[in-house]
Amino acid sequence: MTQATADERRTDGDRDTVLYEQMLFIRRFLEKVDVLYRQGQMHGPAHLGLGQEAIAVGAASVLRPDDYSIGTYRGHAHALARGAPPEAVLAELLGREGGICGGKGGSMHITSVEHGYYGSYAIVGAHLPIAVGLAWASRIKKTGQVTICFFGDGAVNIGAFHEAVNLAALWALPIVFVCENNQYMEYSPISSMIPVERPAASRASAYGLEPLVVDGNDVSAVAELVGAAVDKARDGGGPALIEADTYRLKGHSAADAGAYRPAEEVEQARTQEPLLRQRAALVSAGTDEQDLIRLETRIAIAVSGLADRVLAAPKPDPATVWTDVWADGGSRWRN
Amino acid sequence: MAPVTLGKAINMGLRKAMEDDPKVLLMGEDIGRLGGVFRVTDGLQKDFGEDRVIDTPLAESGILGTAVGLAMRGYRPVCEIQFDGFIFPAYNQIVTQVAKIHARSRGRMPMRIVVRVPFGGGIGAVEHHSESPEAYFSHTPGLKVVACSNPVDAYWMIQQAIRQDDPVLFFEPKRRYWEKADLDTTVEPEPLFESRLVRPGHDCTVLAYGPMVKTALQAAAAVEGEGRSLEVVDLRTLSPLDLGPVFESVRRTGRCVVVHEAPTNLGLGSEIAARITEECFYSLEAPVLRVGGYDTPYPPSKMEEDYLPDLDRILDAVDRSFTF
Repeated sequence: MTQATADERRTDGDRDTVLYEQMLFIRRFLEKVDVLYRQGQMHGPAHLGLGQEAIAVGAASVLRPDDYSIGTYRGHAHALARGAPPEAVLAELLGREGGICGGKGGSMHITSVEHGYYGSYAIVGAHLPIAVGLAWASRIKKTGQVTICFFGDGAVNIGAFHEAVNLAALWALPIVFVCENNQYMEYSPISSMIPVERPAASRASAYGLEPLVVDGNDVSAVAELVGAAVDKARDGGGPALIEADTYRLKGHSAADAGAYRPAEEVEQARTQEPLLRQRAALVSAGTDEQDLIRLETRIAIAVSGLADRVLAAPKPDPATVWTDVWADGGSRWRN
Repeated sequence: MAPVTLGKAINMGLRKAMEDDPKVLLMGEDIGRLGGVFRVTDGLQKDFGEDRVIDTPLAESGILGTAVGLAMRGYRPVCEIQFDGFIFPAYNQIVTQVAKIHARSRGRMPMRIVVRVPFGGGIGAVEHHSESPEAYFSHTPGLKVVACSNPVDAYWMIQQAIRQDDPVLFFEPKRRYWEKADLDTTVEPEPLFESRLVRPGHDCTVLAYGPMVKTALQAAAAVEGEGRSLEVVDLRTLSPLDLGPVFESVRRTGRCVVVHEAPTNLGLGSEIAARITEECFYSLEAPVLRVGGYDTPYPPSKMEEDYLPDLDRILDAVDRSFTF
């Protein structure tokens, strides 16, 4: 994805189709992971962002290649949206050779430095101050690079959230915090865990920030609001805190059926999910449905082929556990 | 060559590191305008500016997290933790991120971070201001841990720590900040990760680091006239441990006492005793004995002299090692 000014974003005729294609690829990718998990091909936790694709794709669409983003253990979509190679991401998830972190990150720590995606973090809230450091470096270097920090609604109750937003506002750093409010803090409704109406937006005024809320299932709306915040941050206007409403279509992790959620709530959410909406928007704007079907078929085949290739790869060499623990060697020197 | 205090030596070392490498930044609470509560960073903000000597809010998790982001972008942040006990709000960042990101990213995200920690008691402070948390960090793969004991080491070791490509916990013996030594900044320092024999002897090996090195040396001097000869080793590096010279010493003396201010239970002394036993079993005349703080919270200031290991407790342990 290339840098796009606000004007270019509005006038790019193919943009809406590209956004749809990217969301669709991520959707099929995550669905495939879900299936592989159930088939016993994947071990350990798999926190899938099914239903939340519009936030990752919409936000990534407004970034320059040299911008930074950083996210949570539900971060596969964010890595893919920045251009991380899907085969290496899947190999990391399945514990096969060629994994994007060499098998040492796993599902919760997908990272692609080459694509500006500076990691997924499984300790809730820990990465918000890290994002502040990434942004502070942009300030010193005066490069105009912006950092987007994605986090979940549950993270707003962790002290690190408040420390990070305070630091960013205090130092007027070029950073955009995006709360992916999927309504559930793991297994509990977020509304039962906060004393205010909104997890992020209700806190914004405490740091002198404007409360910004966007429909996180509307990829164009996400691109527009995040794009405006990124432009402002790039121009020295300081940080923004955005709350993007969405819904996690599956459980907290692949092992969780999410049965604690009312059936009608899930039903309703399925009618509001971002892919359905973007597809409908494309069709109503005149896109030929046959073109969309061809696109959808192509992506299904691509994801299936990619899974076959990764499954054919061997496991990583166990000897690699000794490497990279310290920069000056493995860990044997200590033992 | 004028005598300098340990605190001033660290200040000089930081200044030299900042002059040598523009990527070195200092961060911490009141380290800029004030120069730090122990004045270790005195004058550095004035000379290097607010972008390189950063006064932060009281937010240790935020300070360490910000340092992680800066390190990812090629900087070498040096974070000051005001007092040992204040490191615990940052413990999460240090253990879950700083220690692991290099491995997780296969080295693509460097973690060249130094965390300076004034540690230990003896200044009449209380809990959170007198603690010795070094074992928590020595236990964690991915971190390196060192402790200086004198002004000359302080000057060199802080610079060597900053040049490391790994995260380093740098423990400073706060009760020794005001002690002086002649500092020659032109001699070549020895490598950072080496222990040092600081007093030769032949009856018993005494191991110490940080503030206890001086106490161990005092103990050795006190019994010299009684015909008992103690060999004292300053460990200097706690992770990795450099025990080769220690094994060599214990094989000669046959006895060993490990001293630290931290509680003995699962302290560094326990690990060191285990390793000496494994390596020097047939040379030992007595079990390796440990002298440390008691397994209690750090006591009120009026009782700290009863808590901290002193010359008498070290010599009691030496005597006990002769009773086996």
